[in-house]
Amino acid sequence: MQREVTISVNGATRTDTVEPRLLLVHYLREQRRLTGTHIGCDTSNCGACTVLIDGLSAKSCTVLAVQADGHEVSTIEGLAGSDGSFHPVQEGFRQCHGLQCGYCTPGMIMASVGILADNPHPSESEIRMGLEGNICRCTGYQKIVEAVQWAAAHPQPQPAGQGG
Amino acid sequence: MSMVGTRVIRKEDPNLITGRGLFTDDVSIMGTTIMAFVRSTEAHADIVSVDLAEARALPGVLVVITVDDLETQELPGAFMRTVLAKDRVRFVGEPIAVVVAEDRYIAADAVELVQVTYRPLPLVITPVEALAVGAPLVQEALGTNVCFEVPWPQEQIDQVDRAFEAAPRQASTTFHSQRVHPVPMEPSAILADWGPDKLTVWASTQMPHGLRNCLSSFLGVPQHQCRVIQPDVGGGFGAKVQQYPELFLAPILSKRLGRPVKYVQTRTECFAIMCSGRDQHHEIDVAFDDDGHILGLRSLIHADLGAYPDLPNSFGMPTLTNWMSSGCYKIPAIVAGYKCVLTNKTPQSAYRGAGRPEASFLAERVVDLIADETGIDPAEVRLRNFIPTDEFPYKVPHAEVYYDSGNYPLSLHEALRLCDYENLKVERDRRNADASEKLMGIGFSTWVEIAAFGPRGALEGFGHIGSYESAQVKIQPDGTAIIATGASPHGQGTHTTLAMIAADELHMSIDNITVRSGDTDTTPQGVGTMGSRTAAIAGEATKQASIKVFQNACKIAAHMLEANPDDLECVDGLFQVKGVPSKTIPWSQVGWAGLSPTLLPDDIPAGCLESTVFAEPTGFTYPAGAYVCVVGIDRDTGHVEVEKFYSVDDCGTVINPLLAEGQVQGGIIQGIAQALFEEMVWDSAGQPLTTTLMDYLAPAASDVPSIIDGRTNTPTPHNSLGAKGIGESGTIGSTPAVVNAVVNALAQYGVKNIAMPISPQRVWRILNQAQGA
Repeated sequence: MQREVTISVNGATRTDTVEPRLLLVHYLREQRRLTGTHIGCDTSNCGACTVLIDGLSAKSCTVLAVQADGHEVSTIEGLAGSDGSFHPVQEGFRQCHGLQCGYCTPGMIMASVGILADNPHPSESEIRMGLEGNICRCTGYQKIVEAVQWAAAHPQPQPAGQGG
Repeated sequence: MSMVGTRVIRKEDPNLITGRGLFTDDVSIMGTTIMAFVRSTEAHADIVSVDLAEARALPGVLVVITVDDLETQELPGAFMRTVLAKDRVRFVGEPIAVVVAEDRYIAADAVELVQVTYRPLPLVITPVEALAVGAPLVQEALGTNVCFEVPWPQEQIDQVDRAFEAAPRQASTTFHSQRVHPVPMEPSAILADWGPDKLTVWASTQMPHGLRNCLSSFLGVPQHQCRVIQPDVGGGFGAKVQQYPELFLAPILSKRLGRPVKYVQTRTECFAIMCSGRDQHHEIDVAFDDDGHILGLRSLIHADLGAYPDLPNSFGMPTLTNWMSSGCYKIPAIVAGYKCVLTNKTPQSAYRGAGRPEASFLAERVVDLIADETGIDPAEVRLRNFIPTDEFPYKVPHAEVYYDSGNYPLSLHEALRLCDYENLKVERDRRNADASEKLMGIGFSTWVEIAAFGPRGALEGFGHIGSYESAQVKIQPDGTAIIATGASPHGQGTHTTLAMIAADELHMSIDNITVRSGDTDTTPQGVGTMGSRTAAIAGEATKQASIKVFQNACKIAAHMLEANPDDLECVDGLFQVKGVPSKTIPWSQVGWAGLSPTLLPDDIPAGCLESTVFAEPTGFTYPAGAYVCVVGIDRDTGHVEVEKFYSVDDCGTVINPLLAEGQVQGGIIQGIAQALFEEMVWDSAGQPLTTTLMDYLAPAASDVPSIIDGRTNTPTPHNSLGAKGIGESGTIGSTPAVVNAVVNALAQYGVKNIAMPISPQRVWRILNQAQGA
């Protein structure tokens, strides 16, 4: 059994045929070839797969592709400007060493974008509570909190820096 | 200006923050198939039958096999284990059959269709059960559940017995450093593509060269046709140095199918089959005097290695614990030994700290026990027992272990200053006397560890080809530099660290330096990233290779400037005669000349701006530090909150303080998590109860505090940087600080010890009993 879905991802709308049981995260990774969204668990605990659906952060392993039919999905790949400028949250993670291995990072960044959309000036405890659905094993979270605070203090996009 | 010692943001980050990282599951080759395991649901059972027919008939399934279909069945690097279970299973999760299908959904369907019939056997879950008379045997052929043993040496027994007889006081304790899981956010993953002329493997590993060498010998493919690529790796923490079944099965099945085969572990599988760490049971006796001086120590460890020890890492963990069991204290007589025990559980192996967290726990709990028995302040007991600063290098009494350098009183005094200890004590006493306030406890950990593995011979015993690390510095024709290293980072920021070191020695902008790692075809033979070794050893290799290249660059520039090389300096990438900035030669011209023989002096060959160095340290390093933990305990619920955590680390020279802070903070949170949250639990039937992140409490941001960082600097003599390594320090030092703080808070209820993880339930029971009494 197959179903047709039309999903906008980072502004590009496409119609695909999918199995009804296909998870949105697998749709993004394998059909749209957007591998920035990661999978870190089977139980919707880790948040590595966090994306925005119609502007609200959601775990894409908890959503079926068919449920995203007709909706707008934003992933980490769509966050930087077309000129290569980093989103303030991306730049905050870089400036504050908010990432180490980088596996949880796309989900962390998308969840942080969601937090700041709700609350542009969150306190440390509001950031920690807001990120409780995202697990990072490397940083101990301290520098992630600082990264979100940095982004809150620098809300404009940042010019692309020197790459690695 | 020197880069080393400055807060440089990472070269690794732009890819990782934009979704352009490349992890193993992100690698896509046309025609890739998906592998999945049929795993045991029994902890100990004979396999009566395995019916593959239905799975094989499912459309989209390409192959389903068991161990009988494999030519070589023994799993390398494991104790008495086959690649897939043969006749018998010994832990829940043990792979029995493997499926390859067109996609991951079909593969999962096929796994469900494989029918396994078991005949359950009696089993053992704890060392106590495993060592009981008549206990069921995990490996019948062995005749015992003790798979390895280091008994107490008689000479040490006698010496310690005399110390105990002469000592005015003694005490005993036991503890269990429980089984905890590394939980790398990316579980195990591999993509194998065995073409007509070459096997290429992408793997989420901590040691691509070691894996290449092992695959080559297991599969019978020469190393020049066997390439292992370590793409971005989502954390390892020691759990990606082992030889897992999937690493061999994916290549075998790729060859069989003529197609690439990918395996990506699920989190549930990761908990069930990836090696997890710790699980040491300790029995400790300590002798001391009325002034709190430690006079003797007996330590016996039972290490629970699960069903199939990882060789030789699993046996090595308690060795490291024994080596470090005196901590940073001068203890005149020590006897230490251990037994490695098989149980019907997931294999045990290295997890961040790897044997040293257990040692620091031992030493730090023992010192607090003495403080409690003598009534002397725990900070003072530590100061009285520290190895004196003028006694380095210091040999421990019970092993050939030589601490390189240290200044333990300095770290503790800095921590006491940072936390304002005198005021903290006043606050604690006030709160503990006021029933409307949370209970408060203060805990110390003045720990030392062993790092920078290692000097010649150190890792060879762990199955590695060497103990060095390598770096190759190559100046490109435009005067920029590419560094290829055998180190294989997976989050540590090593590309940035090595580029900083090279930038200083090459007098070149860090923006003109790129570091490459993790490809056995294009990087020099390396050992890998584990054991807090990269800054100290790969850093040294990078430094020495850069120095050689720079010396030749000066000769070329001197030729161009018609000057003496010794008179040259390089300022901001421009070579000039010292103090004569009017005439300069940029790196770009020197780089070009280095590969243009007509521009070179007669005695300098083309290609001279290239150097490969294998750095071999002259000894282990011994990072140390002093941590202070302040906990608050809810008197009604027993919930423990870490209110403050002060860390003073001494890792010698710090290359990049920003990255060092990241390592310390992340490590400390993992150590706090062992103290308060994490434990792998099996029921009496051997069923694992903690196989998801719902059941296994890896902490979230809302569960943990910020760390207040401090630092002292005692360089190591074993490398020219003076760097000791910092990757594991936080995890090694923090756990006992938390437990000591909780015991301190509960001392008024007569508590002298408490089991980890310190759940609200455990604390509530203590408080409830105290109130009932």
